Amino acid sequence: MAVPPPDASAAVRKPREERESVVIRFAGDSGDGMQVAGMQFTNESALAGNDLSTLPDFPAEIRAPAGTLAGVSGFQLNFSSREVFTPGDDLDVLVAMNPAALKMNVGDLKPNGILIVDKEQFNEQNLKKAGAAANPLEDGSLAAYQLFCVDITKLTATTLRDTNLPARTVNRCKNFFALGVVSWLFQRPIEATENWIDQRFKKQPDLAAANKRVLRAGYNFGDTTEIFASAFEIKPARIAPGKYRNITGNTALAIGFVAAAQQAGRPLFLGSYPITPASDILHELATFKNFNVVTFQAEDEIAGVGSALGAAFGGAIAITTTSGPGMCLKAETINLAVSVELPLVICDIQRGGPSTGLPTKTEQADLLMAMYGRNSDSPVPIIAPSTPADCFFAALDAVRLAVKYMTPVIVLSDGYLANGAEPWLIPKVSDLPQFPVTFRTDPVGFFPYLRDEQTLSRPWVVPGTPNLEHRIGGLEKEYLSGNVSYVPSNHEQMVRVRARKIAGMVADIPPAEVQGPTSGDLLVVGWGSTYGAIAAAVKQAQEEGKSVSQLHLRYLNPLPANLGEVLKRFKKILVPEMNMGQLVRLLRAEYLVDAIGLNKIQGLPFKVSEITNRINRMLEARN
Amino acid sequence: MSTVAAPSKQQRKDYVTDQDVRWCPGCGDYAILAQVQKVMPELGVPRENIVFISGIGCSSRFPYYMNTYGFHSIHGRAPAIASGLKVARPDLSVWVVTGDGDGLSIGGNHLIHILRRNINVNILLFNNRIYGLTKGQYSPTSEQGKVTKSTPIGSPDYPFNPLSVALGTDATFVARTIDVEAKHLQETIRRAHEHQGTSFIEILQDYNLFNDGAFAGLTEKDTKAETQLVLEQGKPRIFGKNRDKGIRMSGGKLEVVGLSGGYSETDLVQHDETDPHLAFLLSTLPPAAFPTPVGVLRCVERTPYDEIVAEQMRKAVETQGPGDLATLLNRGDTWVVS
Ligand SMILES: Cc1ncc(C[n+]2csc(CCOP(=O)(O)OP(=O)(O)O)c2C)c(N)n1
Ligand code: SF4
Ligand SMILES: [Mg+2]
Repeated sequence: MAVPPPDASAAVRKPREERESVVIRFAGDSGDGMQVAGMQFTNESALAGNDLSTLPDFPAEIRAPAGTLAGVSGFQLNFSSREVFTPGDDLDVLVAMNPAALKMNVGDLKPNGILIVDKEQFNEQNLKKAGAAANPLEDGSLAAYQLFCVDITKLTATTLRDTNLPARTVNRCKNFFALGVVSWLFQRPIEATENWIDQRFKKQPDLAAANKRVLRAGYNFGDTTEIFASAFEIKPARIAPGKYRNITGNTALAIGFVAAAQQAGRPLFLGSYPITPASDILHELATFKNFNVVTFQAEDEIAGVGSALGAAFGGAIAITTTSGPGMCLKAETINLAVSVELPLVICDIQRGGPSTGLPTKTEQADLLMAMYGRNSDSPVPIIAPSTPADCFFAALDAVRLAVKYMTPVIVLSDGYLANGAEPWLIPKVSDLPQFPVTFRTDPVGFFPYLRDEQTLSRPWVVPGTPNLEHRIGGLEKEYLSGNVSYVPSNHEQMVRVRARKIAGMVADIPPAEVQGPTSGDLLVVGWGSTYGAIAAAVKQAQEEGKSVSQLHLRYLNPLPANLGEVLKRFKKILVPEMNMGQLVRLLRAEYLVDAIGLNKIQGLPFKVSEITNRINRMLEARN
Repeated sequence: MSTVAAPSKQQRKDYVTDQDVRWCPGCGDYAILAQVQKVMPELGVPRENIVFISGIGCSSRFPYYMNTYGFHSIHGRAPAIASGLKVARPDLSVWVVTGDGDGLSIGGNHLIHILRRNINVNILLFNNRIYGLTKGQYSPTSEQGKVTKSTPIGSPDYPFNPLSVALGTDATFVARTIDVEAKHLQETIRRAHEHQGTSFIEILQDYNLFNDGAFAGLTEKDTKAETQLVLEQGKPRIFGKNRDKGIRMSGGKLEVVGLSGGYSETDLVQHDETDPHLAFLLSTLPPAAFPTPVGVLRCVERTPYDEIVAEQMRKAVETQGPGDLATLLNRGDTWVVS
């Protein structure tokens, strides 16, 4: 049901203050529904026409004890009337639902930033759980901020006083009160959230009604009470015309693979074992059965990739999804795929490590494992998407290259891309690349390892094809026949041809493109999810007249053909990475350039300022 | 397995490849290969629809010698690869060849899960109670105390029994046969092929190289009537040169009784392939006191995993219509920027 925006009838409109960009973070206990509030606010902002970028940040434990520091969950959003590259460095607005959330997050709030807290939650018990000696709302420690104490818990209960919902259920609606307040503060339309609530609680109409009432109560609270003097207005961003939706990296990968299989004209098979932050791809693909998608939840990651390889042998578009610990387990099977030369896409949604590490936090430290983490010489192409929406095209590209070159391909995403969202200009199906798969059926002149002269790939022959019965396996094969061979010179020939095949894929990937002048003092080279932070920092430096350019690598193996030549046109090279320096090693080894690393290993993406500072330092230093 | 009639009459030689067979002279693998090559043409499946998938081990070299589609994969993982293939391609007749090390040690996890899921794949586990390819270390089926290269003063490991393991997963088809019992081997393979769901066959493999006498006395002409208990559906469990001994159930346990000494056939339990408890008891009979059961211990019907998946897919298309990519891309809240 379409309801007019609540403020339409308000007699006196409060003044509107225009802002270009706002960075807001919702923080609360992991049971407080902060992810939902953040996601819905994101949606509202997208519908209001802003460009945006999000960063959800949740604890590794599903239910850490309520009110504790370990249980704090956050969702950050940067929305703007200009182009947005990152979720933002420092916060303009912080919503803190309890003392623990305040303590964990207030350090990121800008001086004079808006701080909205749920007053009742700052009671003795919660203060103790957060390890706070005094009540920060009373001891003057928050003087640097514009503090708004709102009785969120009480107002939610009051709103639902006349329902007979249990107190616990009422309490769980309070995230919508907070969302309502913030929606008013930034003049966001709330109809989309109301529709979402209706969908979400389709089977519990009383809950849907309650949440909607609380949302609206929050909105009206902002509008009518004296507490806020003005609301803010963030004009729509000027972005390319077309139809948009919000998309996270994991969703983009999932639908990207569905699209890829359709464009290849084959069924999609996912073999996977649940692991954070990759599981959502499995969840999502499991709902696409009518697209001829099979999802096989295997007994472990080895069986996940093994089943996928079996499906590839049978002619499916085969993929497997995991994170670092799962990659370790899959190595032997990826190597088998290299040896038998079957198409397979392996998605590694990187997270902090080593070992179990930081399951819910981001990192990009699996690059060298993807490059070299298998026994012997075992080249595998690597693609790294740079934004959540880019994951869609990375999936298409990975499948296209895997089937064309009959090879496993690794896609390196990470926790930040996986859960982060951005507006996505929805492509037309007719604009997507098509790469229909054909299997060899002709027995004349057939050999299992007969190579295409141009791509060096072998024919894909699926069981069920008469007169082409053959055997493949992990033992070394004779160059043409594929029969087991231990002949020394044949082994060298095979190792070299496998390497040449992957190196030759360079013909199929675009040359490296520099953002900004193509020569100068400093080139900032990155890969994967650091794209946004680097782009923002470089843009800023360029606006300040500095001689700085950006080069972002999407293809890490093979590297673009012109890369060496591009690197040599800059006096200095800076490589920011969320690891101890992995791409920087590859570049130094491959091109003998004096590239310098900027390394952040905190489970968090770069702030723009961190890159800016280093850019400035490098420019100031002589040589 | 789906049985599409083969167009022309197949012969054993159609299943022989041009590769030299590289097993040691006298290895039991030869006998198994010969029987499989013999029985395959009789199954009525076009040769191009048959796939043999193996792990690593001497036994796992098997696919190289079968002129079908074949995949010699990595150690222990054949069931995983076969699962993916069968689910993606239910039209194929998929066979896994594995060893006691490959299937029960490194690949034990995959083995129990394929059996639990009941994917329509046939598994042949060659049990020589040793790691052959790596030159003779003990395996999960080697007897405790076994002296091998890696256990110079005897293995401290307790073995387990492949049939009990399979039955423990609630597998729907569990059988045992012997490499040199040509007829019995063929017949067991035929039964496995006919079964809808995962079929598990343990093939006892006599062994002269690193594990001489692995199954001593089991196959010798003059002793085998005393040492083998051949199971047949609906028939009493009788053995012995003069068919004068039987297996009786007493107090929840199985015992050997002499048919001449007062017991008659009616006192014996009839073999029932659908009875899980009897199957388990049979699988655990201590070899010293009992004959070794061979034949089908268990065969029950249960819808295979791959059929359930295919049905879910069919239903999804029926209720949601075939997937439309443009709709998928435009899902959720969208907005237009002009
Ligand atoms: C990952 C891995 N670990 C170890 C090996 C070495 N290996 C090859 S076969 C084998 C044991 C095979 O035993 P079994 O399955 O009983 O086969 P058999 O040779 O007895 O037929 C081992 C340990 C290997 N190939 N790969
Ligand atoms: S080592 Fe043993 S199992 Fe392997 S081929 Fe020789 S006899 Fe057969
Ligand atoms: Mg063995």
